[in-house]
Amino acid sequence: MKEDDPTVLKAEYSPSDGWRLTKIESSPEELTRVDEAEEKFTQQELPACKPILTPGLVITTLISIGIIFVPIGLGSLSASEHVVEIVDRYDDACIPSNGDDEAAKRERLSFIQNAKTNKTCIRNLVVPKKMKHPIHVYYQLDNFYQNHRRYVKSRSDRQYRSPGSEGDTKTCAPESEVDDHRPIVPCGLIAWSLFNDTYGISTKDNPILINKKDIAWPSDKNSKFGSNVYPKNFQKQDPVGGGKLNESLPLSEQEDLLVWMRTAALPNFRKLYGRIETDLEADEKITVVIQNNYNTYSFDSKKQLVLSTTTWIGGKNDFLGKAYISVGGTCLFLAIAFILTYVIKPRPLGDPAYLSWNLNSATR
Amino acid sequence: MSSGKPLLSTSEPSSATSPHHRRHSSLTIGSLGRLCHNTSISSSVTDGSQHSNLSDHNDELEDELEEFDEDISPLGGALRNSVECPAYLRTRKKFKPVDLQLQLPLPERKLLVSWGGVTDPQHVWSMREVSGASSQAVSSGIQDYLNKSQRSERFLQISMQLKENLTHHDNPRLIHINDPKRTNDNFEYSGNEIRTSKYTFLNFLPKNLFIQFHRVAYLYFLAIAALNQLPPLAVFGRTVSLVPLLFVLTVTAVKDGYEDWRRHRSDRNENNREALVLQSGKFHPKRWKKLQSGEVVKICSDETIPCDMVLLNTSDPSGIAYIQTMNLDGESNLKTRYARQETNKLVLDGTIISGVITCEQPNRNIYEFTANLEIKGQRYPLSQSNIILRGCQLKNTEWAIGVVVYAGKDTKAMLNSAMSPAKRSRLETYMNRETFWLSVFLLIMCLVVAIGMGLWLNTHKNQLDTLPYYRKIYFDKKKFGEKYKYYGIPMETFFSFLSSIIVFQIMIPISLYITMELVRLGQSYFMIGDRHMYDSSSDSRFQCRSLNINEDLGQIRYVFSDKTGTLTENKMEFRKASVWGKQYGSTLSVDGTGDTNVGAEAVLEGRRTWKLKSEITPDSELLKLLHNDLSGDERIAAQEFFLTLAACNTVIPIATQSPSSSDTDSTLRASYGIVDYQGESPDEQALVAAASAYGYTLYERTSGHIVVDVNGEKLRLVVLGLHEFDSVRKRMSVVIRFPNDSVKVLVKGADTSMFSILKRDHPDDNHTKHATQSHLNEYSSEGLRTLVVASRDLTGEELVEWQSTYEDASTSLTDRSIKLRQTAALIECDLTLLGATAIEDKLQEGVPEAIESLRQAGIKVWVLTGDKQETAISIGLSCKLLTADMEQIIINGTSESECRKFLCDAKAKYCVKSANSCDQISVWRQNTESDYLEIPLGTKLSSLQQQHAGQEEGASFGPLALIIDGNSLVYILEKDLESELFDLATSCKVVLCCRVAPLQKAGIVDLIKCRSDDMTLAIGDGANDVSMIQMADVGVGICGQEGRQAVMASDFAMGQFRFLKRLLLVHGHWNYQRIGYLVLYNFYRNAVFVLMLFWYILYTAFSTTSALTDWSSVFYSVLYTSLPTIVVGILDKDLSHKTLLKYPKLYSAGYRQESYNMSLFWITMLDMLWQSLVLFYVPLFTYRDSTIDIWSMGSLWTIAVVILVNMHLAMDIQRWVVITHISLWGSISITYSCMVVLDSIPVFPNYGLV
Repeated sequence: MKEDDPTVLKAEYSPSDGWRLTKIESSPEELTRVDEAEEKFTQQELPACKPILTPGLVITTLISIGIIFVPIGLGSLSASEHVVEIVDRYDDACIPSNGDDEAAKRERLSFIQNAKTNKTCIRNLVVPKKMKHPIHVYYQLDNFYQNHRRYVKSRSDRQYRSPGSEGDTKTCAPESEVDDHRPIVPCGLIAWSLFNDTYGISTKDNPILINKKDIAWPSDKNSKFGSNVYPKNFQKQDPVGGGKLNESLPLSEQEDLLVWMRTAALPNFRKLYGRIETDLEADEKITVVIQNNYNTYSFDSKKQLVLSTTTWIGGKNDFLGKAYISVGGTCLFLAIAFILTYVIKPRPLGDPAYLSWNLNSATR
Repeated sequence: MSSGKPLLSTSEPSSATSPHHRRHSSLTIGSLGRLCHNTSISSSVTDGSQHSNLSDHNDELEDELEEFDEDISPLGGALRNSVECPAYLRTRKKFKPVDLQLQLPLPERKLLVSWGGVTDPQHVWSMREVSGASSQAVSSGIQDYLNKSQRSERFLQISMQLKENLTHHDNPRLIHINDPKRTNDNFEYSGNEIRTSKYTFLNFLPKNLFIQFHRVAYLYFLAIAALNQLPPLAVFGRTVSLVPLLFVLTVTAVKDGYEDWRRHRSDRNENNREALVLQSGKFHPKRWKKLQSGEVVKICSDETIPCDMVLLNTSDPSGIAYIQTMNLDGESNLKTRYARQETNKLVLDGTIISGVITCEQPNRNIYEFTANLEIKGQRYPLSQSNIILRGCQLKNTEWAIGVVVYAGKDTKAMLNSAMSPAKRSRLETYMNRETFWLSVFLLIMCLVVAIGMGLWLNTHKNQLDTLPYYRKIYFDKKKFGEKYKYYGIPMETFFSFLSSIIVFQIMIPISLYITMELVRLGQSYFMIGDRHMYDSSSDSRFQCRSLNINEDLGQIRYVFSDKTGTLTENKMEFRKASVWGKQYGSTLSVDGTGDTNVGAEAVLEGRRTWKLKSEITPDSELLKLLHNDLSGDERIAAQEFFLTLAACNTVIPIATQSPSSSDTDSTLRASYGIVDYQGESPDEQALVAAASAYGYTLYERTSGHIVVDVNGEKLRLVVLGLHEFDSVRKRMSVVIRFPNDSVKVLVKGADTSMFSILKRDHPDDNHTKHATQSHLNEYSSEGLRTLVVASRDLTGEELVEWQSTYEDASTSLTDRSIKLRQTAALIECDLTLLGATAIEDKLQEGVPEAIESLRQAGIKVWVLTGDKQETAISIGLSCKLLTADMEQIIINGTSESECRKFLCDAKAKYCVKSANSCDQISVWRQNTESDYLEIPLGTKLSSLQQQHAGQEEGASFGPLALIIDGNSLVYILEKDLESELFDLATSCKVVLCCRVAPLQKAGIVDLIKCRSDDMTLAIGDGANDVSMIQMADVGVGICGQEGRQAVMASDFAMGQFRFLKRLLLVHGHWNYQRIGYLVLYNFYRNAVFVLMLFWYILYTAFSTTSALTDWSSVFYSVLYTSLPTIVVGILDKDLSHKTLLKYPKLYSAGYRQESYNMSLFWITMLDMLWQSLVLFYVPLFTYRDSTIDIWSMGSLWTIAVVILVNMHLAMDIQRWVVITHISLWGSISITYSCMVVLDSIPVFPNYGLV
């Protein structure tokens, strides 16, 4: 067809008539490569590759997936195994009254809400394996919905960024301003509920320094929170939700706040408290002095202290390794199964008996 | 009768004029009939010609109908059924005066004619026996019926009173000729300015928005956006939620605006054209838009007519004007229109024209016009033949003067310019069903969220005040104890329901509608661009006139095809002749005759002065015979034979070179004049052309004589009388006085009607007769259309007798048709058989192959034709529709009971189960289908086949073919028989309907459409196919000779029937498979995303937090994932066109709905479910107990979901071209870069993630 008819047709769109073909008068010699390409395009004859799932291709793919995935999985599993993690739940232990009845609950609340009570609590931990620095110190809160919509929305990024928009607290309700209409800086529920437990770690009377520098995201420090925005009217009014801020430091320096303000994705979350820059030997006994200030007792929450080393996959998590291994394993298994079916009961490629209408009529 | 009497003079135009003139007028009316109807639809021809007369009768008849109905009820009922098609109803509502006529389809109308006696049967010879056959059968049936009912006389009376009613009914339009002021005084008729544009500058915005919001999807969009503006619900940023809607609205508005601007421009051009208008006694140019009703306009040759005008005068002394109606109905031949003799004279005399035209209200029927002209107290009727319509062109007439009756938007052209109704594709209808399911999912998810929220609030209600992440109340001293955005548990639950709707809104994929439109646009680009569907002979391209139903092309189960012009070329070709018992032309098709031809040709060349546009190679033997100097019976017969062909017709010769110049140069070969024949019937044109090829050139035709150029000598023949073709006689005759004063009757007609009136008892003749008869049989078995030619000499007495009765009959006011028929019978007897002709209605190229492929694809091809049964069958055979092994069921009933009997017999005989056991039929159907398996059969299959074969042997019948005629359909299309027909027809492989009227065509399509789920496609080329094309799910128009009516009404248009194969098997398959996948994929894509959000919400204490940023949510379906779907929807191909054409069976995937059905949808949804779980939980478990924050997690999910859906798509792509690669990998990288960009804007909460 193509050889007989050198006419080139070109489609043009006009809104009234839709697509129209116009004939381009040209002799065959004038057909340039561009025209040919266009021709192939309009006739839907562009060169194409059509992957066909032949047994060979499928089995090869499955095997290669298996071969790639299983080692990755094994690697991450072992990496996860190498992570040394100390988790200590202290919220129950660090409060005088335990019990489930109303009275105990009330007592717990009055203890935690009273600013005068001594909330110091000492925990003794044993290092199970040698922990190489840096050791990350996290606090972990469970069942704390930092991702709740009311919570997530209750902030004013603009206010945090520049001192000029101090009054920009509309989105911060119900924690936007103090009684005499002076804005709270930083406003919003997130800041108001700032976590304020503190930890002091020591081994055999040698205090271990917890480095609290650079725990926040650099981007938060550099541009999200202004270096000239200072806290004002923060936590000056009852009830106090959590930690107080040093009013002489700009927000960008208050790294604890910055960490806290980066709301967690899930109701159980860890947040970085600081880093220990020294190694901890195995079986070493460490003492943690906790100021148990933060009130998680009014709702069902847990507080945990976590000391953890890191590897290339991050913290301790077996899931990724297991997932890789299971996917890779399944692929390998399927590959073997396919090979077996292919060897035992082969069928020719493109057997028309398997076409849909033939299957239909066979079943009827 | 008393009231009818004075009116008769006005109701019958030809009665006042000379016989010659009448001959013309009847001729014209015939040609008007042709205007609307295809050659193949014989019955409709007669229909059309009666419109003008009948409309007069309508009003009165309406009153009488009730009574009449009782008698006609079997018929009336049937007919009303067949009329119940929406297209027709529409017309009905609009045009009251035509109402009755439309309600009474064919037979009654005919009945009015034959019994009303007011009109003469303007059957034109155009259709030969074909046209007559059907109308005769129908009308005679009705006549019998009426005779019984004894209503005829009464009926006559009714029809006579009709004229009066026109004037005082339905406030007619009064046009004062040449007095536009008075015309427009009482009632402001619209000016001639036309406006096809929809908007003006001012109303564009509101009107466009109003029209756009007719789409439910947009309203949903708007409602969601509005919901989002409510403070407690504001899930998204308020502006963000408006972006997609605004975007879509703007794009559409810009497109609409541009199109409208173009319309404005073309309107302006049209309105500013100029025409000559009579102003203070002289013609001055005036802009078209300034023209008013009542003005007198002069049109010059080749000019376009600016508005609908009644002709007053033309350059022709007899008041004839030729017009080309190409723009209106697409027919390229010239039509004749007349100025009334009275006005013609008046204008010629130079008197100032004045008078009043009373005409009907504007309507869109271009084949009808009813009006009265009153000049000096005298009334003359005006009809269709006196009006010229806007958009037509004046041809072959120096000038014409007319008075404007309808202008501007009232013109019939404008009233007819309505678009064809918008169709919705089947898949889209199914899609709505799935959309419903999606909304159910949506509601379930929202309910889960709402109930979860309620429960959560309930368990935590004591803590809510102080919960650091909830804090129900203010702690300010001023507002102390006041609740902050808390409205109680029930309200909170309700709000969370609403806000979850907002979050999950894209579960219902609104972008899908836009995507589908874009994809269809792209698909149509490729369909139009397909070189294999380009008809180079007529330079016509494939056209997509409707963009909504591309995918329906892949699901067609029934193809209803017109015959003439669709299957055949509608170019008649003179193939064979039998002269004096000898057959000629059998060698015509063979090439080896060249040598002998040259000599004969040379002989002829020398004498011929005329050249034809279409050349026919004459048969050498026959030429020799003609030019043989020996005289003999045979030679005389041959000469007479061709003389008859040249003379006995209604063809108008048009010389395109002035006769004088070629007269003088007649000896010079170089300057041949060119004669072009214009006529209603292609058959006649073919015969005249054939005669010319043999040296008998019809050169001039006027009302009184014809000039035939016999081998260079001009022969002037006086036409004494002409008996038009009529359906009863099925023949046509002309009485000619030769220059030597001998008078002859020349007759041609259908073989059935001719043999009975031949001269008997002559042994020689008997031989000729038998020979001719056997030739005729041979011809018709080859699918050729045959005619018998005969003649006789008239003696003086016979002539005198005939002339007196003819005179009497043709001026008769009552029963003229019967009288004329009787007159004809006087001379049409004792004829000498001259011979027979065979004309080939050439099949279009590739038709048999296309039909065969379609059949293999499991598509049933039904042919609906106006031709007679024999022709239909022969064409069926030649295009391989019918095969020899088929059992033919022929149904030719003339009454309801007879039809019922036929149907039941056939059903019983061929064991067709009734509709109750549909499964049985489908099983049977299945079996017949599997006969076509072309693919190599496995062992499994061959055994299956044997089974089938066994079954079929048991049933002892082969494939069935049903042949049914229009007459029977009248009865059958009544309700209860309809189902019988349906059962029978669906179990037949082939159905041929012959002699069907346009409405019946639509009725048959409707039969299938109503009673089955199968998709129908109608293909046709003429105006008579319009109703069928509009009725069918997919209408395809052929751009053929018969013009644009069918194309205008169609969804797709193309040049040749054979393209249908490619259109359906290749493009239909592709489109269907692409769109089907596209829809499923879109459902999947959005559902995965929504479900991912849903799972997350379960982890946020049922508060509708989205981990994703607002912009990611908006961009997801618009930017991140849309391009690959569009590209795949346009470019992906599961199989190459070669494979699809080679194995038509592959098409069946379409109507089996294999690419899109309920179970696929559910599979997709399950697939979606587990994918969304993996998508959500893998990152969740990976980052469990980690420091990850909400925005990082959100970004992770965004990237993951985009990669996931794109990879899903990638795995389903069957054909990777460069563009696919670019779009797919492009979108993934666009997602990355978009997120980087978004994250580097500090305003957003996730700033600085990267």
